[in-house]
Amino acid sequence: MYCLQAYWWLLISVLGALLVFLLFVQGGQSLIWSTHRDYRDLIVNSIGRKWEFTYTTLVVFGGAFFASFPLFYSTSFGGAYWLWMLILVSFVVQAFSFEFRRKHGNLYGTGTYDALLTFNGLFGCVMLGIAVGMFFFGAEFTVSKGNILNGSAPVISQWSETHGLEAMIVPGCLLLGFAVFFLARAQACMYFINNIDGGNGFTQSMRIKTLFNGAIFALLFIAFAILLFMQGGYRMTPEGTFAYEPHIYWTNLWQMWWCVPILLIGVVMVLFAILRTALCGTFFKGIWWSGIGTVLVVLVLFWLAGYNGTAYYPSLLDAQSSLSITNSSSSHFTLVVMSWVSILVPFVLAYIWYCWYKMNATPLTQKELQSDSHVY
Amino acid sequence: MNELTSLVDWSRAQFALTAMYHWLFVPLTIGLSLIVAIMESIYVRTGQQKWKAITKFWMTLFGINFACGIATGLILEFEFGTNWSNYSWFVGDIFGAPLAIEGLLAFFMEATFVAVMFFGWNKVSRGFHLASTWLTAIGVSLSALWILIANAWMQYPVGMEFDPAQMRNVMDNFWDVALSTVAMHKFCHAVTSGWVLSAVFVVGVSSWLLYKKSNILMAKDSVRVASWVGLIGILLVMWTGDGSAVDVARVQPMKLAAMEGVYNGSRGQGLTGFGILNPDKKYDNDEETMLFAIEIPKGLSFLATHDFDAFVPGINDLINGISINEAGDTVYGITYADRMASGLLAQDALKLYGEAQAIGDQETMAQAAQVIKENYANFGYGYLQSPADAIPPVGMTFYAFHIMVIFGGYLLLLFVVLIFVCYRSDKTLENPWLCFFGLISIPIVYICSEAGWITAEVGRQPWTIQDVLPRNVAISDISAGSVEATFWVFAAIFTLLLFAEISIMVRFIINSEKKNIIPKQ
Repeated sequence: MYCLQAYWWLLISVLGALLVFLLFVQGGQSLIWSTHRDYRDLIVNSIGRKWEFTYTTLVVFGGAFFASFPLFYSTSFGGAYWLWMLILVSFVVQAFSFEFRRKHGNLYGTGTYDALLTFNGLFGCVMLGIAVGMFFFGAEFTVSKGNILNGSAPVISQWSETHGLEAMIVPGCLLLGFAVFFLARAQACMYFINNIDGGNGFTQSMRIKTLFNGAIFALLFIAFAILLFMQGGYRMTPEGTFAYEPHIYWTNLWQMWWCVPILLIGVVMVLFAILRTALCGTFFKGIWWSGIGTVLVVLVLFWLAGYNGTAYYPSLLDAQSSLSITNSSSSHFTLVVMSWVSILVPFVLAYIWYCWYKMNATPLTQKELQSDSHVY
Repeated sequence: MNELTSLVDWSRAQFALTAMYHWLFVPLTIGLSLIVAIMESIYVRTGQQKWKAITKFWMTLFGINFACGIATGLILEFEFGTNWSNYSWFVGDIFGAPLAIEGLLAFFMEATFVAVMFFGWNKVSRGFHLASTWLTAIGVSLSALWILIANAWMQYPVGMEFDPAQMRNVMDNFWDVALSTVAMHKFCHAVTSGWVLSAVFVVGVSSWLLYKKSNILMAKDSVRVASWVGLIGILLVMWTGDGSAVDVARVQPMKLAAMEGVYNGSRGQGLTGFGILNPDKKYDNDEETMLFAIEIPKGLSFLATHDFDAFVPGINDLINGISINEAGDTVYGITYADRMASGLLAQDALKLYGEAQAIGDQETMAQAAQVIKENYANFGYGYLQSPADAIPPVGMTFYAFHIMVIFGGYLLLLFVVLIFVCYRSDKTLENPWLCFFGLISIPIVYICSEAGWITAEVGRQPWTIQDVLPRNVAISDISAGSVEATFWVFAAIFTLLLFAEISIMVRFIINSEKKNIIPKQ
């Protein structure tokens, strides 16, 4: 059973890591207003052809969590209500803004849709980062399954009155949220450099933005890492209860020694991508280096949160209500069924890669936008 | 309890709002993706540029609508967690799986190939583009398959058992969940209804162009394709609807009784073709059920069982456990009061199981588990205050069902006429009256489609999981005010979104009047 739970935490980690990488779409949206008007449509159309991937990954991330760790789904979504609602609203407005922004008769004007895309770019990244931050810095909830027999107050997962808003003032969560945001912006700039043929002026401005956003990201990430490795948490004892342990993520890092090189490689790849993109005028592949690096770093963060008997969703109100991959998972049968389904993942990744490869064979140009019948 | 009731009502309102808006966009996505794929297939097969232009025209309308469906769909998935937290735990082991499979198998397929479909005309080969269009259509239907499997399971929970140690239900047979007859009928019924809706949409828009004497060739070709899709679709809708009716009679007899407003059933029960319910009629009074009704003799018995003389129970019969056998004798079975007592027995045993588990008393746990097993079929009834709580809103269910059926009949007639006209004399397609009927059929098909879902979802109240989990136990621990606030936020966003979508579509169609969609050779 533990192997299945660990396998599903691995899949959740992969989806989470891919989601953070794909947030470059949101990062690009947040750059709309700071990009010269001549290039605005180019960048919107560049990321507009990828937004469904981020969106779908978010949906699948939620669906996979529901299928494999339903107690998390029940506790977090029902409890941190306002936080998740802000995230959802920000993603809802993204879905139609690309399609509608330049259509005749869109009622509210291109500027409104661009503002909504910016809203999603900022809030989507920051709020998702804050939500994931609760995996390390805890949340104010309790779980009591016996409540279901109380007809007048039947809810098993109870949360503090603020329903997720309290996470917005937790320094570690905030740091992670803004680190994700600035990483997304830096990666968006690297993606534009790779995907758009906008001339030297455009590329040069994106290189400067890569350095600026990348530097802020690096500072925020270092601060987050310091807080993370100083943070305590709960580990499950052999008796099946949770016990507090200081510096639990630092301990996890060294006990799961393979995480160390992966984390280091990931960090180096991201920093290399940012610096080389900023400093080398002929380097266009930063997005791939940074993307792979991001995936590696986020994978390790998820592993530190969930493996080694750690509570991946620590309760600040009742330690024994904390969620781990063993006490919040689906049944053995369901995990087996879903594991069979997961065999299709490589096939899905393969056709996504192939289509992406075919569609991105040549960089996007103004000329293509003018000749295409379907533009954003 | 008032706060709880208010929370339940606002949570229901929010979910209903999201689902109804979602279902405004999704059937058009389902059907239009098929119609576009057929049109592009004709283009690839014949090489005629006019079919490429026609395909692109409808593909643009598809794209505008597609984005709206995605926007509302995201909320729908996450609302299971945000607003129905207990539900997510109590049945998440079963319900989560189809949602995850939907994401993995269908959403990625849609997201990947829809990009090729829109932007790949000059980047990939003609064959690859056509394959992408078909894969988008297949992905859309696959998505519908898994969410409808999940929905069907809520109405007919199979392939599971209750685990008292974890106080939740767990899956024990995936294929029972995925391939239940209820799921298959529901999937086919919903998807083919999407074909019908989209066909009417294409006919309606084409009728407008024909009325305005604009792009006549393109409009007529579109009507031809749409009429065949619509006719095949409506026939399949009726066939699968018949299967669904038999399912409902078997697994949700209370819903069927509400759909037809039957309080006291009989053998050879008539079907109300058209009727007006008496608003004063309640299950425990002697008022007449109908103020006015046109009845088809023995129709309901046949609809429900394919036997003209079968007994169909009414609301009172179900509550009082009454049926009538073939000899005409009244037979007394389990009443709803019995079910409530049985449900309470299961709940008490579950409480005892928990206490015994805490102290490691294996013998008591085994005894309690046995009681739970014997009474679990009625577990949810233990939460009801009275048998009347198990009756869905009869009026809404009755009228929604009859609107769906009557409008469905009209649509069958429409497509038969259109097919006849297309092949007899397509000049008649330009007849202003036919154009008028084509155009007004658009709101009719939307009302019909929404009415179908209202029948299905209102008719199953008060259950989120049939007989197992009533809605007031499925909720999250949030204040009614919070849900009320988000309800209005979503209502505003979705309404503004709908206005924008309609406005863009209308502007696109009006602009199309002024130019040749099919370029001159």
